[in-house]
Amino acid sequence: MRWSDFLVMAVFVAVCAAAQAQSPAYGLGRTPSAEEIRAWDIAIGPEGKELPPGKGTAKEGATIYAARCAACHGQTGTEGPFNRLVGGQGTLNTNRPVKTVGSYWPFATTIWDYINRAMPVDNPGSLAPDQVYALTAFLLYRNSIIQETDVMDAASLPKVRMPNRNGFVPDPRPDWKAPVGGRN
Amino acid sequence: MKSSRRRFLQDGAILTGLVAGTVRSASGQTPGPGPENPAHRSAGFVSAMGERSRFEASARIWSDSSTGRVTSSRTPLQDSKGIITPSMLHFERHHARVPEIDPRRHRLLIHGLVDRPLIFTVAELERLPSISRIYFLECSGNSRNPRRGNAETAQQTHGMTSCSEWTGVPLSLLLQEAGVQREASWLVAEGADAAKMTRSIPLTKAMDDILVAYGQNGGALRPEQGYPLRLLIPGWEGNISIKWLRQIQVVDQPYMTREETSRYTDLLPDGRARQFTFEMDPKSVITFPSGGGNLPGPGFYEITGLAWSGRGAIRRVEVSTDGGANWQDAQLQEPVLRFAHTRFRFAWKWDGGEAVVQSRCIDEQGGFQPTVDELIRVRGTNYNYHHNHIQAWKINRDGSVRNALV
Repeated sequence: MRWSDFLVMAVFVAVCAAAQAQSPAYGLGRTPSAEEIRAWDIAIGPEGKELPPGKGTAKEGATIYAARCAACHGQTGTEGPFNRLVGGQGTLNTNRPVKTVGSYWPFATTIWDYINRAMPVDNPGSLAPDQVYALTAFLLYRNSIIQETDVMDAASLPKVRMPNRNGFVPDPRPDWKAPVGGRN
Repeated sequence: MKSSRRRFLQDGAILTGLVAGTVRSASGQTPGPGPENPAHRSAGFVSAMGERSRFEASARIWSDSSTGRVTSSRTPLQDSKGIITPSMLHFERHHARVPEIDPRRHRLLIHGLVDRPLIFTVAELERLPSISRIYFLECSGNSRNPRRGNAETAQQTHGMTSCSEWTGVPLSLLLQEAGVQREASWLVAEGADAAKMTRSIPLTKAMDDILVAYGQNGGALRPEQGYPLRLLIPGWEGNISIKWLRQIQVVDQPYMTREETSRYTDLLPDGRARQFTFEMDPKSVITFPSGGGNLPGPGFYEITGLAWSGRGAIRRVEVSTDGGANWQDAQLQEPVLRFAHTRFRFAWKWDGGEAVVQSRCIDEQGGFQPTVDELIRVRGTNYNYHHNHIQAWKINRDGSVRNALV
């Protein structure tokens, strides 16, 4: 075999291998329709690029909160019986840390995502985008992060700077060492 | 073969040395009236679904909730035998109750940064090449608050770990079918529970050993364990193994979902918190004798327990019966598997005096268990998850066994 023939063959083999790696081996499953994907494609990343159209303010959110949320989270978001949503800023380094949306959550987009997918607990998925924006705005306002009249939408929500945005560090384990001299 | 034979002979020697002359006093029982005619006490001939003996009462437990919404239950480790947890006793942790799902209507959607979005039925997934593996699954909150609360038994302190044989399709196979694109680095997995629970997972782990499981201990998954489909992510904190799995979205960054920001992160004394603490550290616990139990009298007992590590296989377990002054190697019961419970055994003769028994393990990476004090020194007391301290049980002169840490 001439050198140039070998080269051509080598390239051919490499191309085949690449094609092989990229093609399905079993051919099971089917291609979902665009509608099928859209119906489930609701995850909102920290940059908020997936946020849908719609808007709301804390003022609008207060009404929805009273009707749909207050029974579990309390009239002001502090009474419970379920997760406290308001307050706690400045407590994370004390003996009694209070972790709320305002004191602990690093991204405002997560509030939108979680309300939209999981709340209210008796009927998750029943809130329209405008209502989710309004409730998110209400929680941000009650936590003194935005103003009562600030409009939350796909453009403004990702720009909200959460107080605990820099509060998280990566996992450094193992983080403790054996006593000097080893273990007995 | 040779080593197992040698181990058997060692076992025999230990047993012979310890048991001689002690069995009678240890049992402390007087002979009963003798067996009744078994034909008079028959439970029948055959049955479609076997049930355990009516004399067996081992069960999951949970804490009462003032809100009435109980979200977790615990495995009765004190009754455990071997390394497999019976499916019906596997611990539970649900974020929005247990959904009832018809497997004929369930689908798994794979989309995002892939060349070919795909949607699978459960039956299609079951047609693909399958693998079975024995893996533990542990809630990251297991053995939390070692010095708080009123946890008395191994079930209460450590009952949020269980171990099963899981059967399913490697997630890497499904991702290869879909063709993962170059810029992909994470996945977002979503369940079909009411909260549509979501976690971000690094693509590297998915291409390594994650299972899309439909089988548990020879049968279908239990509803509480994600029927008909779940992720099983070996060695990692339990909640990331999304149950009732319905969607894998391939993405280019973690999506910072509620369960990986506001939950399952650990507060440090300075107010910062650790995030994406995936592997469960090496841990062990003596399951017999353990808190709430009772030793009927001095004599021979086999101390036994479980050890596991999210970083691989258990290499060594040591047991102390004198409050930690002296430690001796326990025997590891085969099989010793990566990311699985490992049963350990330690022959012991109780002299009837006060004793504190505890175990500590070392995994294949050299990781080992700290004391509670060592952990608190580094992490403080607001650190809620991922504890792997040494658990100690105190045996009183009357034979009662208590949690020595509270």
